[in-house]
Amino acid sequence: MSLPFEKPIDDLEAKITDMRSYAEEQGIDLSEEIGLLERRLEQLKRDTFANITRWQRVQVARIAGRPTGLDYVANVFTDFEELHGDRTLGDDPALVTGLARLGEQTVIVMAQQKGRDTKENILRNFGMMHPSGYRKAMRMFDLADKFRLPIIAMVDTPGAYPGLSAEEQGQAWVISECIQRMSRLKVPAISLVIGEGGSGGALAIAVANRVLILENAIYSVISPESCAAIRWRDSSEAPQAAEALKLTAYDLLDLNVVDRVIDEPLGGAHKEVDATMAIVKSVLLQELGDLLKLDEVSLLEQRRARFRALGRFEEVLEAA
Amino acid sequence: MTLERWFRRKKPTKGDDDSSPVGLWLKCESCNAQIYRKDLVANLYVCPECQHHYQMPVDARLELLLDEGSFEQWSGHIQATDPLEFVDQEAYADKLKAAQEKHHRKDAIVTGSGLLNGLPVALSVMDFFFLGGSMGSVVGEEIARAVERAADEDRAFIAVTASGGARMQEGALSLMQMAKTTVALERLAEKHLPFISLLTDPTTGGTTASFATLGDIIIAEPKALICFAGPRVIQQTIKQELPEGFQRSEFLLEKGMLDDVLERSKLKDKFAAYIRLLSGKVPQVTLEAEHVATL
Ligand SMILES: [Zn+2]
Repeated sequence: MSLPFEKPIDDLEAKITDMRSYAEEQGIDLSEEIGLLERRLEQLKRDTFANITRWQRVQVARIAGRPTGLDYVANVFTDFEELHGDRTLGDDPALVTGLARLGEQTVIVMAQQKGRDTKENILRNFGMMHPSGYRKAMRMFDLADKFRLPIIAMVDTPGAYPGLSAEEQGQAWVISECIQRMSRLKVPAISLVIGEGGSGGALAIAVANRVLILENAIYSVISPESCAAIRWRDSSEAPQAAEALKLTAYDLLDLNVVDRVIDEPLGGAHKEVDATMAIVKSVLLQELGDLLKLDEVSLLEQRRARFRALGRFEEVLEAA
Repeated sequence: MTLERWFRRKKPTKGDDDSSPVGLWLKCESCNAQIYRKDLVANLYVCPECQHHYQMPVDARLELLLDEGSFEQWSGHIQATDPLEFVDQEAYADKLKAAQEKHHRKDAIVTGSGLLNGLPVALSVMDFFFLGGSMGSVVGEEIARAVERAADEDRAFIAVTASGGARMQEGALSLMQMAKTTVALERLAEKHLPFISLLTDPTTGGTTASFATLGDIIIAEPKALICFAGPRVIQQTIKQELPEGFQRSEFLLEKGMLDDVLERSKLKDKFAAYIRLLSGKVPQVTLEAEHVATL
């Protein structure tokens, strides 16, 4: 669960562990030395993560052991009841949906789910949804409107599944419909990018009143690898592409693509899962509390205006 | 070449801003026949031998769909700012500038109003020759503005698409144009104005997965490639040959994704018919007559 750039941290941690067990074995007091190293470790971690490159951020966003959608469902929410199926094509395991409580409030929660191991990855199709998954999401939007339940959507996908059957079943059609359906919600909607926000497949469940992102998560129009393959004709240029795409949480905050960045424990969400869950829960409670003060019309208008305003361009005087 | 100048000409001619086949004669990429360039242009960029539909320059498309002299351009008052300062093997800013100079427009789209068989319409036409018709902030904004103005002026809206998808040099901002164009369409929907989407070769990625597939009526030109993920990407995923005609208009019609596949020469009259029929609310007089009849 460590990345190449974290090696100095791992080495120092190993050294501290060794010193501790040595001190214990020999019955000697090395607390002063250990304390010194621990302070150095803390500083090293801070320095490392303060200077992390965008590509390293991508690696943290995808690291094995990083909390997945279901981890948030289990730890941030209570009383979760999973609901299956899109009523047309099937049930897409890449999107988990259901009823739950966030604090006192009943909500509809949906989470794109990557696998936590190879077996689950295959079952969940690495979090890449088929048209059926987007239909399931739309079914949940209907349910949310009918019972006046807020939507909380967790985004974590490399993108919509680029396969034969997905195209045959109208992947593009169902994504545009899902974007439109979500934009029409009469209830509060919050989307939280927890890992990888991959292109239209992510956006389809992120047309929310508030779009939040974890500090080490990414959200991009294309993966760095695919971007490199197209623009550099070499997918090994992905680190450069990651830099160019400005796909990190704070980049996206600057571009108004996201509304708020949720800081993670030092080293990433996977280092201190309980702390991550606690932070996410408190932020979601606060954000939902604010949205619950808005009426149906204001929610619709705010969401529409939010997305209508996105983009950067300049006015020119003469028409061309 | 400006559109105004173009419309003063009687016959479509080769402009220096399109990338249509060059040279006096050309070999049809579909049937290999030798075609006289002028014949191809006069035949709406459709091969006279095999009816293969070539990509059509924006100006010719406007001429095809609108009554003569009725076009009023709305777009062209905004331009991209390179918000990411994106550089790959060359700088996006330079690429954009070169495209602007070559194609004599600010970005990969033209919008405006006009008459279609006398019916007031507004339309957006994507320019595939301008950076692959990719949708960045400007394309998204032009579409959104045109749709909203169409709603304000009670015009039906026609979107002609030809696009490689989102413009990756604008990163997540280009992705957001999918949502922006979608929410802009609400204004049109609220006024019950028809939205016809015409998908032309090729329409892919984020363009297909947003406004392009939200038309009340969705029409495609023959054999156009229309998809979310491109054939090469899918081939990489499934590692086998794709079936013949996969992701082409006729295939999609069969799968229920389109209302029809229409030859270019039929588009204008068909669109007029759709708009008239969609605007054909039950007239008051009929209701009264029926009321009288039931008495
Ligand atoms: Zn031919």
